[in-house]
Amino acid sequence: MKIRKYIKIYSLFFSTSIASELEYKTNVIIDFITAILSLVGSVFLLSIFFQNTDNIGGWNFEQALIIQGIYTILNGITNTWFNPNLTEIVKHIREGTLDFVLLKPLDSQFFISLNKIAPSGFLEIILGVALLFYCIDINQININLSFLFLCITTLFCSIVILYSLWFLISTTTIWFVKTWNATEVLRSFLYIGRFPLNSFSFSLRIFFSIFVPIAFITTIPSAVYLGIAKPWEILFEVIVSGIFFIVSRRFWLFALKYYTSASS
Amino acid sequence: MEENIIQVENLSKSFDISSKEPGLKGTLKHFFKRQTKSIEVIKNINFEIQKGEIVGFLGANGAGKTTILKILCGLIYPSQGKLSVAGNLPYKRRSNFLKNITLIMGQKQQLIWDLPPIESFYLNAAIYDIEKFEAKKRIKKLSDMLEIEKELYIPVRKLSLGQRMKSELLAALIHKPNILFLDEPTLGLDINAQRNLRKFLQIYNKETDATICLTSHYMKDITSLCKRVICIHEGCLTYDGKLEKLLKKISPVKDILFICKTDKDAEELSNSGFIIKNQNQKEITITIKKDSIKSTLKKILNKFEIEDLYINEPPVDEIIGNILVKEKV
Repeated sequence: MKIRKYIKIYSLFFSTSIASELEYKTNVIIDFITAILSLVGSVFLLSIFFQNTDNIGGWNFEQALIIQGIYTILNGITNTWFNPNLTEIVKHIREGTLDFVLLKPLDSQFFISLNKIAPSGFLEIILGVALLFYCIDINQININLSFLFLCITTLFCSIVILYSLWFLISTTTIWFVKTWNATEVLRSFLYIGRFPLNSFSFSLRIFFSIFVPIAFITTIPSAVYLGIAKPWEILFEVIVSGIFFIVSRRFWLFALKYYTSASS
Repeated sequence: MEENIIQVENLSKSFDISSKEPGLKGTLKHFFKRQTKSIEVIKNINFEIQKGEIVGFLGANGAGKTTILKILCGLIYPSQGKLSVAGNLPYKRRSNFLKNITLIMGQKQQLIWDLPPIESFYLNAAIYDIEKFEAKKRIKKLSDMLEIEKELYIPVRKLSLGQRMKSELLAALIHKPNILFLDEPTLGLDINAQRNLRKFLQIYNKETDATICLTSHYMKDITSLCKRVICIHEGCLTYDGKLEKLLKKISPVKDILFICKTDKDAEELSNSGFIIKNQNQKEITITIKKDSIKSTLKKILNKFEIEDLYINEPPVDEIIGNILVKEKV
């Protein structure tokens, strides 16, 4: 019953957000063009890195394209859901409109994380998926059920880790009021995810695996894609994503006790 | 016996507030070594509100009215005290409690800016588990009452402030709440829009027996809606009772303007020992205690030739304005 209610509400969030965005046609068209140019630019940058070498950190150009494909999908998801919603948390808290969210008989984390959608990100997701299909062809990967299951699972875990990190940072707004910079730093860390983890020094690998687990977000799904991921890596990603999600949820509920609302 | 829907006992709330000295030095000091101090914004407040009552919270800016409303609707955790709203601890924000209340803030909006208000109404209906058919019926009824049938399909950003406020009201009332918390609902509205909104609230209260807690700086809102007022001064409760009694208590006098027939009468009246507020040739305004109006009037009318007279109540705004800065009423 509750799930049906949430599905119904999400479908309304979806339709109202799309309707809101389509009120500004030119903006949507510009966003679509930006998404295409961004992917072309990234692939071009990657090809420059590989001009004088066959592999970076043990990955050749065709394999590195998989990381780019996964990064593009994640960036699309970021632009579709995380960016319009999670950056709004700061605004909600600063301006006190979080009051309306908290007074609804609905999970506040659900409302605040999913009530808006930016359709331009859909194109990035489609382009990312198309790039992955191209990679299947050039890397001669065999598709089977377990391959698909692992790909979807690791990609889902990557989305959960990214969401939880972003949500954790945004939640601190309840105390610090303004944390735009921290979310921007997170976005710039995500750019790092376009490159294989092995291409970084040992200390950076440790940093991006443990402290800011960007490494999990793109490298492990890519390794699964190529069939070179170790089972413990996949299991580790699942555990890390679960821990991050639970921590972000608990932290949000804890932080709300300190919410003082903006003055009138 | 009437049912108490809101009970507040020894309620206190403190906030940590940082202060900053002016200038660059002050800014750097504030950045590196922020000094915060705990300020008690609500101090040991007690009151009860019965079902169906309309209660006005009066106080100067920063007195603590909005903080009380936000504690009552569960947005802010109280620091101390006992609290019960419709049998619930508000800050637990349980679903059945939230379905019972609503908060309307004149300066904040929940409607989706780029879409017509009807889209926000259906979204709210789904959030409050209201079936589409029932939601349609309620939207029709409330939009008729608020006279915004035509505006339902116009994007919110293109509506006037008054139309937007009415739409906000509809969005906030679609789930038929029993307790309404209104924080300056008429802020920025023109006189007609204010009057319409007040009329609507009166009808809504009468039809649904909803309890209304209201803060407003427009005294007309308070005088036309609230029989009972609670005065707050620097976080303390200074008065809780009937508005009429408060006005009598604070202003036990009336001003009476006498228009004398001759200059001689005017001169004699002004020298006969009454408290003269104003004198303009043959027009004299005398301040008379409310309990001696009858006898004083009789005395003056018998002794002097009076052409006309007007009895004036001191403006409510002026009286209430004085209350707001008083520690004790």
